[in-house]
Amino acid sequence: MNPAGFFEQLMRAWAIAKKDIRIYYFKGPVLIFGVFVPVFLFLAFFMGSRQLPLSFLISGLVGMTLFFTATAVSPAIFPWEGSAKTLERLASCPITIEAIVFGDMIASILFGIGITFVTVIIGLALGLSLLHGITLLAAIFLAACCFSAIGMLLAVPPTNVPSNIMMLSSLIKFPLVFISGIFVPLEQMPAWGLVLSVCSPLTYFTDIVRYAFTDSHYFPVMIDIAALAVFTMVFTAGTMYLHKRTMPKRM
Amino acid sequence: MTAVIHASDLTKVFGSSTAVDHISFDVRKGEIFGFLGPNGAGKTTTTRMLTGVIPLDAGTATILGYDIRSDPVQAKQGFGVVPETSNAYTDLTAWQNLMLMGELYGLPRARAEQRSSDLLEMVGLLERKDQKVQAYSKGMKQRLILAMALIHEPELLFLDEPTSGLDVQSTQMILSLLRDLNQQGTTIFLTTHNMEEANRLCHRVGIIRAGKMVAIDAPEKLKVAIDRVHRIEVSFDREVSGDVLAGLGGVTGVTRTGDKWQITAENRDAAIRSLVSFSQQNGAAIVTLNTLAPSLDEAFLRLTQEDKP
Repeated sequence: MNPAGFFEQLMRAWAIAKKDIRIYYFKGPVLIFGVFVPVFLFLAFFMGSRQLPLSFLISGLVGMTLFFTATAVSPAIFPWEGSAKTLERLASCPITIEAIVFGDMIASILFGIGITFVTVIIGLALGLSLLHGITLLAAIFLAACCFSAIGMLLAVPPTNVPSNIMMLSSLIKFPLVFISGIFVPLEQMPAWGLVLSVCSPLTYFTDIVRYAFTDSHYFPVMIDIAALAVFTMVFTAGTMYLHKRTMPKRM
Repeated sequence: MTAVIHASDLTKVFGSSTAVDHISFDVRKGEIFGFLGPNGAGKTTTTRMLTGVIPLDAGTATILGYDIRSDPVQAKQGFGVVPETSNAYTDLTAWQNLMLMGELYGLPRARAEQRSSDLLEMVGLLERKDQKVQAYSKGMKQRLILAMALIHEPELLFLDEPTSGLDVQSTQMILSLLRDLNQQGTTIFLTTHNMEEANRLCHRVGIIRAGKMVAIDAPEKLKVAIDRVHRIEVSFDREVSGDVLAGLGGVTGVTRTGDKWQITAENRDAAIRSLVSFSQQNGAAIVTLNTLAPSLDEAFLRLTQEDKP
């Protein structure tokens, strides 16, 4: 057995993911940021903006849910573990920092996908029809990877105070929701808004979800998929590189 | 003897302060090496560098033949760590913590279950294996941490103040386990403040002061080496004159303490011979005769306070 080999490290990353799911995914902040916030934002817009069709808002709800659930816990795991000294335990174990980060990402991907399926079911229950199921599945998986990488990027600042990271996280996550075509269709956005929305991976995911439910989209679907893939690769590589640099500062 | 830990010019700088200043030492296979020093001397920083928790700023550290910088995973696969503060996951049960460790060390599930069961029994926690760690006492947590560090049967065990603040029962259990492990071949690197613990357990001790290693030797040798003047305590079955004792060969000073005399001597052997012949010649039978070596505490204090500004 080569403990540093790819397969071994993958297995150990899976152990980290299982631990995360067991410990962190049933805490208060997860429920609040991951589930309640998207639902209440959806309800607010549903009730306040009656000219937007339900199919449009449900697509936004699916996008928001995946975004909020996949980034709900991952930013706070390192600060939590840093303050509890369990991160030091992991650092002395034969697992690379990349595998620890990947393990945290796997947990948030699974959690994000799981909760998002609930909102998809809600959409179907409200009478929407799923026109492109396979595309939606692929997009949910890809976007979950991308958003979990964003979650881990938010955890890069080497603080062991979870509230600091959650504040930073909210500061970035909420504006992103408003520039990603969730509540304001991309077609109705001003030019500066469109420029901003192009920089948000959530824009492409929401566009695909809309395509899956209504057959309409702003960008070509392949562009949406490619953009999500590029964002995922860049954010994953970036988060691993940056965590490797900042991890010793947490100890 | 093979070096299990080879540290050379190990250095760690935090801002403008050098926490560990070019220290070098070896820990041999099969020994218990005590790492002593006052608070802030650099013990924990050294241990953290050796265990790959924080990076080295200069120097090299080879653990079980692997460079901790270039081959950290291979090096970590061979050792276990017991930190000063318990760092088990308190939201998990003892069993779940051990199984997590088993997975992180790449143990097959059946082996991890067997080891977890054996270790929990060994540390007296088997009956509470399904209880969350947050309900454990400090002693129980520390015993669990020891079990977690042993899950993969490491060749080398790092312990940072493992008995600090523990009750007598947990302390004795941990010390006894360490002795047993060492007898079974595990090399132990023990950071401690407790001189008695180091004296009783360690084959060799290293003393660090202000980031520099000031002595490395066997505890007995260290004790002897720090005192050029030896002390002997003697009592007789009748009154003897201090002046007479002071005039004996090899004796440099005499002090009365209760019914005993404390003799100082540069040559311990010569002084004892003189006392025995004095006893024979004057018909004063020796009731007690003890050589008073300095304690490891004294050696530690002497070595850590020398040249202190």
